[in-house]
Amino acid sequence: MPEATNSREAVLNRIRAANTTANAIAHRTNYQTIERNYEQTASLDREAILKAFLDHLREYDAHIFDAKPDTLAAAIAEVLKTSHQKSAIVADNFPEENLPAGFSWQRESETTKDQLNTAEGAISGCEVAIAHTGTIILRGARKLTLLPDRFLCVVYEDQIVETVPEAIARLEQYKTETLTFVSGPSATADIEMTRIRGVHGPRFLDVIVVR
Amino acid sequence: MTIRVGEAAEAPSFQKVAFTLLDDTQLRKNVRHATDVITGKRAVVVREQQDWQQLRSTASAIKQHTLAHLDDYLLQFEAACTVAGGQVHWASDADEANRIIVDLVKQYGGKEVIKVKTMTSDEIGLNKAFEANGIHPHETDLADMIIQLGHDKPSHIVAPALHKNRQQVREIFMREMGLSELTDEPQDLTNAARHYLREKFLKVNIGFSGANFLLADTGGVCVVESEGNGRMCLTLPDVLITLAGIEKVIPSFRDLEAFLQLLPRSATGERMNPYNSLWTGVHKGDGPQHFHVVLLDNGRTRILADPEARQTLHCIRCGACLNTCPVYRQTGGHAYGSIYSGPIGAIVTPQLFDMQHSQSLPYASSLCGACYEVCPVKINIPEVLIHLRGRVVREQQSGASLEAIGMRAMARIFSSGRRLEAAQRLGRIGQWPFVSEGWVKHLPGMLGNWTAVRDLRPLPEQSFRSWWREREKASAKTHSKELSS
Repeated sequence: MPEATNSREAVLNRIRAANTTANAIAHRTNYQTIERNYEQTASLDREAILKAFLDHLREYDAHIFDAKPDTLAAAIAEVLKTSHQKSAIVADNFPEENLPAGFSWQRESETTKDQLNTAEGAISGCEVAIAHTGTIILRGARKLTLLPDRFLCVVYEDQIVETVPEAIARLEQYKTETLTFVSGPSATADIEMTRIRGVHGPRFLDVIVVR
Repeated sequence: MTIRVGEAAEAPSFQKVAFTLLDDTQLRKNVRHATDVITGKRAVVVREQQDWQQLRSTASAIKQHTLAHLDDYLLQFEAACTVAGGQVHWASDADEANRIIVDLVKQYGGKEVIKVKTMTSDEIGLNKAFEANGIHPHETDLADMIIQLGHDKPSHIVAPALHKNRQQVREIFMREMGLSELTDEPQDLTNAARHYLREKFLKVNIGFSGANFLLADTGGVCVVESEGNGRMCLTLPDVLITLAGIEKVIPSFRDLEAFLQLLPRSATGERMNPYNSLWTGVHKGDGPQHFHVVLLDNGRTRILADPEARQTLHCIRCGACLNTCPVYRQTGGHAYGSIYSGPIGAIVTPQLFDMQHSQSLPYASSLCGACYEVCPVKINIPEVLIHLRGRVVREQQSGASLEAIGMRAMARIFSSGRRLEAAQRLGRIGQWPFVSEGWVKHLPGMLGNWTAVRDLRPLPEQSFRSWWREREKASAKTHSKELSS
């Protein structure tokens, strides 16, 4: 596509010509010197951080459950029973030992998108969660956490940070992977600004906090 | 190069359309309700963010820095994205972007495309280009779908259908989806959209999106959304094409820590919007295996070349300035004649056109400054509006319009006391047909614009200058009498 090559040079040349003004030259600063005076680290204690995370999740209409590391499987069984589920599709890296007996499990990589579409629910862990905004951040597992109507996410207490900058710092090492920030179930306010839960993504978000 | 901004080049002036729209009480009610709700929610979540001003300052500094190094950052993005398996294309204008995108869809043998909400595709008129080539675009954002199915135009950059109420949406959905039963409950209307689109998401093989941020350090793209339609289009198809204005690039992944706090609170009044998706090129076994990015200029480098107005390119399209604007809140978005409406539209649209079209838009403002105050990246919109008014006037001064000739004549008259007095004498004689009960209420021709909303006092019997002269004469006489006595 020779034309594209020309446009590339043309656009770059126009940018360079535009950036010869005094104003542009004045802003030719070093990236490292950009001031970042906003909150970067936590100011709350652990209990307050956990409370903020749960409060914000509840505001998004997520359902929250508690578990200890050794009761996680039982907690998952309880959540599934509450929503009348007999099966779920599970993220590939989710530990086998946390899956309770009495349900049928299928791993994400062994599932087609049509199977995901009709699945009863999905289960995965997360990489990091943000208390300040009630956000859960997932690495990979994009289709899994999108197509089924119910998404159950397991969050360990040490994965919860207070601020957005802390979360971004933790994600630095994974920044070229696929990352999804989830803050509550899918929603819209496009009709008369009425918040409606569940448009195209999962209509139900269940969260188990393990501590 | 031909610049296109939707159909703005053919639109009548703001002042003309606004007058008609102000009579549409349903539209005004819908717009007022929507903007009241968003501004209320925004105020709450901005107040609780203690470091809001610091975030704004950093975001503004990042944008200034990026624009000053824009060529470097775009090249960095291109290199990183290519290494990650993506292909980068450059488009000088709307037609070239359309051609690249349509060719790609044809190359992959696509007849249908599922689209994530993107204003930039409306800017270049992509849907028309698709349809002209036998390709069917499916808008998947709920509001965009209402617009597409209703053969309407977007009136807001974040919530394009906010001028429609639930009854109007119900009518459109029933007619276009062929439904015989549907209530006007937003929950039911949303469900109708879910069912209508789910099959398309699973079947259509080519996805299309805009971009909120391009990351120069990783070659990654970030898309911010609420409904999950974005995630569907970004994840399920085999092919993904992303269109982004060149100003969307930011230096690094880390910068998201500022922008992802500013954008959702400003746009929808949420602490965070439901979904943000980030991906970098092609990920084996996860999502589209063919990924193309089209970088669009379409007039942006012209804005960059204007030192006083280049801050326009900081915009992250949150729409906060629309919601707060006393003019937008009365007229809604259609009066602006452009897909970019409100205060930001009033500065973006005419500049993309190099001030050749949409010259009425810089005047669609009371210069109250509310837009500047809410802008998360600190664009001083009133300053740019005044600057653009200056450009419009300078251009008109050199022309041969009636107003330009009149203004030049006025300049000659005001520059000479003799000519001014002669003109005042003429005015006193000429004004009598227009004076009633001590006021001038209607003037003829172009001057009528002034009296349409104000009454004027007529020219007085005597001007100050002539009164002063008489007084001096009289006092000189008395003075000389006093001296001689």
